[in-house]
Amino acid sequence: MSVWVDKFDVFAGGFWLTFQICVLAATGALILGAVVAVLRISPVPPLRAVGTAYVTIFRNMPLTVVMFFSAFALPALGSNADFLRIPVLDLVFTRLSTDLPYFRFALIALTLYTAAFVCEALRSGVNAVSPGQAEAARSLGLTFTQNLRYVVLPQSWKASIVPLGSVIIAMIKNSALIGFFGVVGDLSATADQLTGAEGYAFIPVAIGISIGYLIMTVPLGALLDRIERRQAVAAR
Amino acid sequence: MTGEALIVLENVNKWFGPLHVLQDVDLSVARGEVVVVIGPSGSGKSTLCRAINRLEPINSGTITFDGQPLPAEGRALARLRSEVGMVFQSFNLFAHKTILQNVMLGPVKVRKEKSAVVRERAMGLLERVGIANQADKYPAQLSGGQQQRVAIARALAMQPKALLFDEPTSALDPEMVGEVLDVMTSLARDGMTMVVVTHEMGFARHAADRVVFMADGQLVEQAAPEEFFANPRSDRARDFLSKILTH
Ligand SMILES: Nc1ncnc2c1ncn2[C@@H]1O[C@H](COP(=O)(O)OP(=O)(O)OP(=O)(O)O)[C@@H](O)[C@H]1O
Ligand SMILES: [Mg+2]
Repeated sequence: MSVWVDKFDVFAGGFWLTFQICVLAATGALILGAVVAVLRISPVPPLRAVGTAYVTIFRNMPLTVVMFFSAFALPALGSNADFLRIPVLDLVFTRLSTDLPYFRFALIALTLYTAAFVCEALRSGVNAVSPGQAEAARSLGLTFTQNLRYVVLPQSWKASIVPLGSVIIAMIKNSALIGFFGVVGDLSATADQLTGAEGYAFIPVAIGISIGYLIMTVPLGALLDRIERRQAVAAR
Repeated sequence: MTGEALIVLENVNKWFGPLHVLQDVDLSVARGEVVVVIGPSGSGKSTLCRAINRLEPINSGTITFDGQPLPAEGRALARLRSEVGMVFQSFNLFAHKTILQNVMLGPVKVRKEKSAVVRERAMGLLERVGIANQADKYPAQLSGGQQQRVAIARALAMQPKALLFDEPTSALDPEMVGEVLDVMTSLARDGMTMVVVTHEMGFARHAADRVVFMADGQLVEQAAPEEFFANPRSDRARDFLSKILTH
């Protein structure tokens, strides 16, 4: 068990890196997912088709494959994803601007993949709002955007928040894959380093890593439970 | 009634898949006229009503409102819809907004009118429909009859050129039907152009200028209410009236 004390800094570093990619990917996926959701419910058929195609592709492909594409196709296209070297942001999230591009590739893959699920969670919330609400808004002369902004979204986010939380929890767990795609030093890669190179026993290391993930996922899950319970009471 | 046409449908056809719900419908509604549409369930009354503000797009034919053909989806259509009020069977008040906010939303967001001006007008309308003292409540806290009167006030707040009603009293408990019909009757008397789908024959008799009878997607006959109820010309209409009037 001494590994927890001796190598606390390794665990902490892994936790910090995983936490960083999760915060960035969650933010990116929420924004991109919202855009795709708007496309999917838009009254313009070609936009709807684009949204649907996006979701079909990224919801049905294994994340590993998306990661492969990101890590191999982007360099083949001559891109090091340098557009993610966002000034100021890269002062906090230092990995954004390292010369090794794997963190950025992994971030792109995780964002693209998760956005498809975010889109569907948002859309299920929109579908939970009775169609009469949007119809009344249209009959008053509200445009599509005004309808979303003033009538549909203020009512739909309540129904979206719990499924959205589940999507983010799944994303945190999915982030464990990034170690296999060249990102050195995230929480799950910590296992390899400590058991392989440094010869520590596997079980204590695995427990330490699990705790790292649970610190991120359990509070989020508890928060969702609370929101759900409050909504159930309000609905009565 | 001035006789000048405000709503004109020509040769309108609409299919739901194989179902031909509107068949070569021609209908003209004059400014200030009150047209009541009746007919058996499934005859296409709601579809007709909803086609007028393009909540239901049609497959062929033309619909013009105030001289303009209905525009395709987009800003121009939104502008047209803001001139045609609609009252639904299920009220459809915005559940997350108070009564006052429901009435104010359209004028403030669509017409960009000043909030203070709109508030005054909205309170006046709520006064008119008898709900001013409930302005800060939410729709779920009101009875059906009250909600429907708010829905009428919400439509009126846009100062529309015409109002469409799709069975406005069908979801109400019987004791609340009267309060909604009273509001509608007073609007009719004030010269509002109205298309009303309803099963309330009393309203048709005393408030309508014209009764239109629909069956199987066709306008079977239309006449002034006294005439229609005294001597319906078609068998379909006679049959329909005998069924509803004997109850
Ligand atoms: N969205 C839809 N998709 C498919 N069929 C529809 C749709 N809306 C209506 N219909 C069908 O079209 C026909 C006409 O419907 P409509 O609602 O206009 O009738 P209605 O005269 O208003 O009837 P009711 O008195 O029951 O309200 C019905 O047979 C109905 O089942
Ligand atoms: Mg109907």
